[in-house]
Amino acid sequence: MNMGRAHWLYLAPALLLLGVFLVYPSVETIRLSFYGPRSDTFVGFQNYIQAFTSRPMLIAFRNNLLWLVVFTLFTVGMGLVLAVLLDRVRYEAIIKSVIFLPMAISYVAAGVIWRFVYAFRPVVAPQIGLLNAIVVALGGQPVGWLIERPWINNLALIAVGVWVWTGFCMVVLSAAYKGIPKEMQEAARIDGANEWQVFRHVTIPFLKSTLAVVTTTMIVFVLKVFDIVYMMTNGAYDTDVIANRMYNEMFQFNNYGLASAIAVVLFLAIIPFLVINIRRFRTQEAVR
Amino acid sequence: MKATRILKRLPLHLLIITLAVIWLAPSLGLLVSSFRPRQDLLSSGWWTALVTPSYWSKFTLANYREVLTQQGMGRAFLNSFIITVPTTLLTLAIAALAAYALAWMNFRGRQFLLMMVIGLIVIPLQMTLIPVLRMFNVLKLSGSFPGIWLAHAGYGLPLMIYLLRNFFGALPRELFESAFIDGATPFRAFVKLVLPLSVPVLASAGIFQFLWVWNDLLVALVYLGGFEEVAPLTLKLSLLVGSRGQDWHLLTAAAFISMIVPMIVFLSLQRYFVRGILAGAVKG
Repeated sequence: MNMGRAHWLYLAPALLLLGVFLVYPSVETIRLSFYGPRSDTFVGFQNYIQAFTSRPMLIAFRNNLLWLVVFTLFTVGMGLVLAVLLDRVRYEAIIKSVIFLPMAISYVAAGVIWRFVYAFRPVVAPQIGLLNAIVVALGGQPVGWLIERPWINNLALIAVGVWVWTGFCMVVLSAAYKGIPKEMQEAARIDGANEWQVFRHVTIPFLKSTLAVVTTTMIVFVLKVFDIVYMMTNGAYDTDVIANRMYNEMFQFNNYGLASAIAVVLFLAIIPFLVINIRRFRTQEAVR
Repeated sequence: MKATRILKRLPLHLLIITLAVIWLAPSLGLLVSSFRPRQDLLSSGWWTALVTPSYWSKFTLANYREVLTQQGMGRAFLNSFIITVPTTLLTLAIAALAAYALAWMNFRGRQFLLMMVIGLIVIPLQMTLIPVLRMFNVLKLSGSFPGIWLAHAGYGLPLMIYLLRNFFGALPRELFESAFIDGATPFRAFVKLVLPLSVPVLASAGIFQFLWVWNDLLVALVYLGGFEEVAPLTLKLSLLVGSRGQDWHLLTAAAFISMIVPMIVFLSLQRYFVRGILAGAVKG
């Protein structure tokens, strides 16, 4: 529709804010990543060399990778299982609300909630943390869930993320699951397929594109994960992640060059998913 | 026959209910503990208090009184509203205007702008923190409400423009054509036609932004950190964890205070929230 040149009036406020808060700063951050801690001396690729070789960063990379695999597998997997199972019970709505509710809570509050679940006290004191109380009741020794490196504490942090995000996966996958024509599953059953075969050969292929969307959303979240780690351990005991390293290089060590380089590394890791989103949008537009 | 059917489905029910209990127990523990005196909280688990009816008379609001008045959570509660409500309205207004132009106006570069908006949805905030903070320091905007309103609006715009533009674009073309034949200007069509028809999507997008801003820690930490008088609940709570990390009677009450508003918004408007998620499951 032709509406003259008025479109720029409608776009101007948005373009101004996007330019000032997203586009310009991103370009500036790339520039700063080639400069020293105070952004006054050019250092070439030195910040990047440090970002890829220093021990704290290597640990952060390892942890982000662990998050990527475990977190994505559990959120998407449990979301899928819940979407399928809850479709078969009458109290679906209430359980969905329970699983989905953590999405409404801040990571800060979730951090407090789970620090309390993981609370750890010496053997002689009564355990006030739910998890250690269970361990002790079963005859075990109390565990320092956020201290035991490298697996227990990282998995304990990932569990918090899973608690928050499974509801999201469940809701999106459940909506798609309900869109599968029931006749297709019935036809497979009549042909003698068991429930697993129906799931494997009818449900999964049908949900493929939704699974892809949910999985990419989880991966983009995981790459940027910050609040949970910042709140619960601040990276202590080898639990650091890339985004938290960036924050600490920026505010604790005032190394703006290295912090910028870490941000750029994060950005580079996300670019494939940015491309995927734009591609998906293009196919949607072509369909319209 | 019926009995065997129930028996066959028993594992299914057990599995679902177990998962629901696992999901609920952590929050329940927080809630119960927030009403317990410090001494009790440290000497027995919250579950023992829950299953001992004779104990229930000892539940108290003292922890809430202390965090609200002495630990500054009252002020932070107010700050969270002062930050969240204007930000949400500002973002909605700016995004709606832009989405309208991107959906219904023909101009060169429209496709490019759309791609840019979609690309910006996933940009890590970390890419922007240092330059924006420097800019804010020069303009004296760090530690101020207008500064964080604008920053949150900028960060929230891409997803919101995307959501609104998809909805606006799906409105029927005839609607506009008849309005323009009747002599309506594009702006009049926007106010009188598009906005009233788009209440559901405006609600979804508004709830998204409200919850996002209310629950945000990183943006507040960077642009408001060190200015306690403007700190929102999330920032205040994170400071409390740092300074009073073992005072569970205070932390539980403070955490619950920070959760009340988003939980009410979520439970009463869940329908719109889900719709928003299904329409734009791309933001990280």
